[in-house]
Amino acid sequence: MNFKQNIPIYLQIADRIMDEILTGVYPVNGRIPSVREYSVALEVNVNTMVKVYDHLTSSGLIYIKRGLGYFVSESAPAQIRQMRKTQFFTDFLPQLAEKMQQLGITEEDLKKELTKYLNK
Amino acid sequence: MINIQNIDFTYKKGKKKVYTDFSAHIEAGGIYGLLGRNGTGKSTLLYIICGLLHPQKGACTLDGIDTSARMAETLKDIFLVPEEFELPATSMRRYVEINKPFYPNFSEELLDYCLSAFDLDRTVQLGELSMGMKKKAFISFALATNTRVLLMDEPTNGLDIPSKSQFRKALASAASEERAIVISTHQVKDVEQLLDQFIIIESDGLLVQSSAADITEKFRFDMHDLSYADDNELYSRPSFSGKETISLNTSGEDTPINLDLLFTALIEKPELAKYLNNEK
Repeated sequence: MNFKQNIPIYLQIADRIMDEILTGVYPVNGRIPSVREYSVALEVNVNTMVKVYDHLTSSGLIYIKRGLGYFVSESAPAQIRQMRKTQFFTDFLPQLAEKMQQLGITEEDLKKELTKYLNK
Repeated sequence: MINIQNIDFTYKKGKKKVYTDFSAHIEAGGIYGLLGRNGTGKSTLLYIICGLLHPQKGACTLDGIDTSARMAETLKDIFLVPEEFELPATSMRRYVEINKPFYPNFSEELLDYCLSAFDLDRTVQLGELSMGMKKKAFISFALATNTRVLLMDEPTNGLDIPSKSQFRKALASAASEERAIVISTHQVKDVEQLLDQFIIIESDGLLVQSSAADITEKFRFDMHDLSYADDNELYSRPSFSGKETISLNTSGEDTPINLDLLFTALIEKPELAKYLNNEK
């Protein structure tokens, strides 16, 4: 895995697992790989993976069954979609607005271009 | 677990000392990166830890027992993969039969896992292998010994690109809470995401001993435009799109450690080490 600068690695891996939950690689109430299995697959230190699973557990996206492993929470897909929507408006949109102003792109221009993709 | 206490070491009387009053410690559960420039004594330190070289002053102990005494009880718990080595002209199977009895915690399962990760098996003839293949075979055996201390001197040297990834997978599987793994390397990119402890040495001794968690707590690593300026900036180096920087972490946010940059910064500005070494 290639990691980006600036974003903590544990958050990058958490994001990857969220993608896997959204795409159904790990279904609701399905088991996700153990900390060790995942650390071997991504070739990262076990402690990094422990941090990822702690983060996902405390966010309520996965839960632990003692002795059995980690499972995807019922609410995870909806929660992840909600989080990503919020991110879209707080992180992505301001950047878009800034770029638009820089380049002199109006809302009308954007709307016209957007429909091309939205009606696909 | 391993305690290196105030050692002096020189290869020849009257020659420059490699170590003067050097101390460091190694605990179970850590994967240690031993970093230093050429000729600063990384290999020497690994040989001292396993008892092949004896310090003139001070001692290196494993659970309180001097490793230079080379007692069976310490030798069964330490394994060294040197940078260069020869293997006997025999099969892996035979090699394991002969050498496994010295390592009571030897894991057949781990051996098979590592060999298969490297696309090898027990039928390989060790005497007929190329440098890279020999390294993979020996590293598999080393990981499988399950010794509490595993020392590897430049293990990724001579490995091709896919083998480096296989090596990381094998290493991640073989690491455990009971084990300390020490890897000396120049190729920090090969293993940086697996390391959680760092021992950085310079020609005059220990520069930094710190955990990854400590480093991210104290420093942050960023990429900025050239025009960016910040009072907390400690070190910067030009990059393609601007500069890579190390600054004091005042926000409490984690950023991924840029180990290559950190190492360069510490060599050029050794005074930065004080941020990492205080309050232990």
